[in-house]
Amino acid sequence: MKHTISILVENNAGVLARISGLFARRGYNIHSLAVGVTDNEKISRITIVAEGSDYTLEQIEKQLNKLIDVIKVRSLSADKLLARELVLVKVACKPVQRTELIDIAEIMAAKISDVSPDSMTLELSGNQNVLTTFEELLSPYEIIEIVRTGTVALQKGSSGIRV
Amino acid sequence: MSEKITVAEALVRCLEAEGIKKIFGYPGAAICPFYDKLVGSKIQHILVRHEANAGHAASGTARITGKPAVCVATSGPGATNLITAIATAYMDSIPVVIITGQVSSEQIGRDVFQEADITGAAQPFVKHSYLIKDANLVPEIVKKAFYIAGSGRPGPVLIDVPYDVQLQTIDFEYPESVELCSYKPKYEGNKLQIKRVAEAIKEAKKPLICAGGGLFSAKAGEIMRKIAETANIPVICTMMGISIIPTDHPLFMGMIGMHGRIAPNKAISECDLLILLGARVGDRAVTAIKNREDLKVIHIDIDPAEIGKNLPVSIPVVGDLRTVLTQLSEIIGTQENADWVKYLHELKNNDKRQNFISDESTNGVNPAVFIEKLNKLLPDECVISADVGQNQIWTANSIRLRGANSPSEENVSVGGRFITSGGMGTMGYSVPAAIGAKSARPEAEVIAICGDGSFQMQSMELATMVQHDINVKIIIMTNNRLGMVREVQTNNYENRLTAVFLDGSPDFIKLAEAYGIKGGYVNDEAEADTALENMLKSDKPYILQVKVDENERSIL
Repeated sequence: MKHTISILVENNAGVLARISGLFARRGYNIHSLAVGVTDNEKISRITIVAEGSDYTLEQIEKQLNKLIDVIKVRSLSADKLLARELVLVKVACKPVQRTELIDIAEIMAAKISDVSPDSMTLELSGNQNVLTTFEELLSPYEIIEIVRTGTVALQKGSSGIRV
Repeated sequence: MSEKITVAEALVRCLEAEGIKKIFGYPGAAICPFYDKLVGSKIQHILVRHEANAGHAASGTARITGKPAVCVATSGPGATNLITAIATAYMDSIPVVIITGQVSSEQIGRDVFQEADITGAAQPFVKHSYLIKDANLVPEIVKKAFYIAGSGRPGPVLIDVPYDVQLQTIDFEYPESVELCSYKPKYEGNKLQIKRVAEAIKEAKKPLICAGGGLFSAKAGEIMRKIAETANIPVICTMMGISIIPTDHPLFMGMIGMHGRIAPNKAISECDLLILLGARVGDRAVTAIKNREDLKVIHIDIDPAEIGKNLPVSIPVVGDLRTVLTQLSEIIGTQENADWVKYLHELKNNDKRQNFISDESTNGVNPAVFIEKLNKLLPDECVISADVGQNQIWTANSIRLRGANSPSEENVSVGGRFITSGGMGTMGYSVPAAIGAKSARPEAEVIAICGDGSFQMQSMELATMVQHDINVKIIIMTNNRLGMVREVQTNNYENRLTAVFLDGSPDFIKLAEAYGIKGGYVNDEAEADTALENMLKSDKPYILQVKVDENERSIL
């Protein structure tokens, strides 16, 4: 089962290595990982999507909590999850194909971020399923490159994870 | 009032402020500024002969004092040599502060001479680590390192200091306390949970305490003993828990595990309530309880991650053992459990099995008989440092440690104390750890017991003992084999013995003589008493080379 875990950490050097190292040596699989600073520049928020049983999840949380730089660990419950990923897709595109791609972008509410005589770059944020559909729609075209972020997530409603 | 001094001097001053009297180390170019400032300091530096042994010696000191002890090494190989010692301390939750020199900041990442990413390499084995980039943070970081190492579940903390940082001048003021917003160990136990513990003990017909090494860290031996006596609960221990309660205490039943004795292992498989105190349910210790669904388990530990990790727990209590047990002692009542205690007692007393093959063909001494002879001569104030392998099991099962060896806040280790590398099983631990123990507790008789295999991983430390006049006694159980591996090959590999023969080993007494250390041989049991007396009479280091049969067992 997939779990989404939010971690608040002190923004110290090496903190990401400590966390990823812990996952590696205890045999926990990371699906995706995203890091960014919070409104407090000394604190970063890491979102990790990991696979494992409830026992594994409990161990992950406890072991993460033991790291000195880790301030807070929360597993986000699936039913209240607000999760987003961002994808940038650069597609080979002659001027005659542009309308087709603009159509796809409109249907999927994606943005066109860059256009060149031979290519078009589309940008979309959404949950994993939306992004997968988007990639499928673009698959008939020649994809030059594609880049996707890890999931960032928070819980719906008024409560939040803060220090 | 702050003053302007170099970081190197600041490091020395920080250690002095932490009350450090002795440090163990091995210098090198990258740590030279620090060593330069040791000149004139009251801190005594004990030069070991291999960096790993600096770590083990600090671990020995820390076990005895219950406070963080310090070891120092240089960058690159000096630092990487420490890794085994760091891992050993980590597995046994021993507070050690490790200071390593590092190449200059601007050279980091360029693979210069003697550069190693030690904070990276040691990361799985440290409670925390620092690579110092900002010289001004040094006092705060050292304070934090000591605080982190010694509080909560203790463990090693590494401080890596680049050469150029050591030479920088800072405004020095050692902070009196530090606060870490992300690290706040929980000391008090949940009152409701503790009440449930008391009730469970009251309901139990066959309660059992399993005492682990965490009781030493928490200095909770005394209060554990009181609770056991009040409610008449038998006590068994893990290897890390040996000597937390006097081994001749009427409620003490022995060490559990695949190498343990009958009474404690029967106890753990027949009890109806298991109270785990500061024990992490290691795989070698508790095979017997894996399949007991009816068993009620109470687990009290300061590290929440240990609770439920290896064993489902009915009543978890997170907190400092001394605090929690004190809370518990206030609500616990007296209890009978007389049949249960009597039953285990009989098992214990009727357990005449000894490890040994002892018949006419036996070569050398019977290890249990030999250790028993040592027991009779051993003063109450002593530290026994066992190595790893058969020698460790023989010692663990047969050593008798008397005296009021229940550590308290004031005196962590009064009476007889047993130390060994329990979690990591690091060969070559016993002598450097004994050196550390003796340095911390000079009035106690400190004896390292090792095998001829493990001794050869640490024999260089004889020089350290001589140079610094550290009166450690060493008993080498020789069978010209890596005995524990030999036993595994005999039992599990149809006795196909390979790579376990120690031919080529020296005469250890002659080797000791080369260092100016006296010693004696014990070739059979008749020679043992006199030899042991000579050893204990000596006020200098002394070595006994004890002959043990090559087919001797450690599994009962």
